Amino acid sequence: MKKLINEVDNVVTEMLDGMVAAYPQYVKRLPGLEVLVRAGGSEGKVALVSGGGSGHEPAHGGFVGKGMLDGAVAGAVFTSPTPDQVYEAIKAANGGKGVLLVIKNYTGDVMNFEMAADMAADEGIEVDKVIVADDVAVENSTWTTGRRGIAGTIFVHKLAGACAEAGGDLAAVKGVAEKVIANVRSMGMAVDACTVPAAGKPSFDLAEDEIEIGIGIHGEPGTHREKLTTVNEISDKLLEKILAEGIYNSGDEVAVMVNGMGGTPLMELFIANNHIKDVLAAKGIRIYKTLVGNYMTSLDMEGFSITLLKLDDELKPLLDAPADTPAFVQF
Amino acid sequence: MSSRIYNCLSAIADVIEENKDFLTDLDREIGDADHGVNMARGFHAVKEKVPQDETDIGAVLKKTGMTLLSTVGGASGPLYGTAYMEAGKVLAGKTELTAEDFSAALQAAIAGIQKRGKAERGEKTMLDALIPACETFTAKTAEGASFTDALEAACAEANKGIEFTKTIRATKGRASYLGDRSIGHQDPGATSATLTLETILKFLKEN
Repeated sequence: MKKLINEVDNVVTEMLDGMVAAYPQYVKRLPGLEVLVRAGGSEGKVALVSGGGSGHEPAHGGFVGKGMLDGAVAGAVFTSPTPDQVYEAIKAANGGKGVLLVIKNYTGDVMNFEMAADMAADEGIEVDKVIVADDVAVENSTWTTGRRGIAGTIFVHKLAGACAEAGGDLAAVKGVAEKVIANVRSMGMAVDACTVPAAGKPSFDLAEDEIEIGIGIHGEPGTHREKLTTVNEISDKLLEKILAEGIYNSGDEVAVMVNGMGGTPLMELFIANNHIKDVLAAKGIRIYKTLVGNYMTSLDMEGFSITLLKLDDELKPLLDAPADTPAFVQF
Repeated sequence: MSSRIYNCLSAIADVIEENKDFLTDLDREIGDADHGVNMARGFHAVKEKVPQDETDIGAVLKKTGMTLLSTVGGASGPLYGTAYMEAGKVLAGKTELTAEDFSAALQAAIAGIQKRGKAERGEKTMLDALIPACETFTAKTAEGASFTDALEAACAEANKGIEFTKTIRATKGRASYLGDRSIGHQDPGATSATLTLETILKFLKEN
């Protein structure tokens, strides 16, 4: 394992302090906790709190700021944060108008955030939650834990965050989050696995000419392996599965996110996007806005995911609303 | 002088630490390669935070559960944390453990795991080791077997449970994303649960 780290045990705490040092105008760290909240607080608005294991940077701390999140909890690498940490985040982010938890659908995240929500509710804080499950690679049946939450989560932060910033109450903010969740789908792939610092070796092994389709964002293996082909052909496969959902049809307007997994050159993401726009155009689907970059990464994994969000007249202004955070700035 | 229950938990912590890489490697096959690392971090904290001279078994287990809950993270944190806290509730005030107490504590732990994880037997989880082990322990002691003989039989059933997890697909947790590809691999949670029971058995035989 070759990594630019010091002590394996200190990666999360050193990263958080480094983020605060870089962006003191946006975020502050709660003393002794793996929690970032807005530097200026969140008084008088509904607060959005998200989080999960670390290793997905800039998610989630990078999206704390005006128009997006109010608090982000960072667990150990790829490990859900504990209930006490989430509880402290809820308490600190609460601006008196209630707190919405944005949880990615993983067994650990759901359990830890729900326990924290119970603790906060006992203290009289109004807490509600949404669970993001946008990954179409996972079969959505009684035989699985349900679909994973992956890059589509960023759209939930953005649009629900805009609603909260505009003064929406907890029910309205939750309503936007649920509408985004209903209309967002993603799928990813990897050409190479990632290495968790504490594990010291790649999370799965791929031959030189093999790729892994349907990966999550924690180095867990995907649904199956294939021979490496062109990025156009790979994009076709990911889009085919997303479009098979039946949500995105001719005449619809969508936002597109081409998300890097952390170890993929931006050049390759743009090459993918160059083809994605053609595929959607051929289907009569209009692209309203495109995001290309590293939003929800998986350490040093090489690969990418495609996310589509169907828009309407309610969602478009929320997508366009200003945001000012370390990792997402829009005027 | 540290209490017997503390020494037993300390022995469990040592076994988890010894098997850290093994458990993580099992998790690497079908999960996210962190089970051993997370459990070792949690039990290291248990050794430091649980008062060594506390003899109230219930209080010690409750503190153990709360410590695991705040240090392990992932899915294992809430599940093991809940298991120890529920067992602690059943054993509150007790300074010695009868077979009936142990059976009741194990049943409470299992019920807690099922409630928190919304899981049943046969979903390739720690329950596939714990439930048959608990049933066997309870049945053997009812037949008049000694505590250690019953626990020995329970450990054998837990190991059979691990073997069983190799034959089925996961329907809970991250391994469920793999579908049929999870078949052939043993469940890391069933393995750590079995190691726990085996360590209790070894501790009772030696002390």
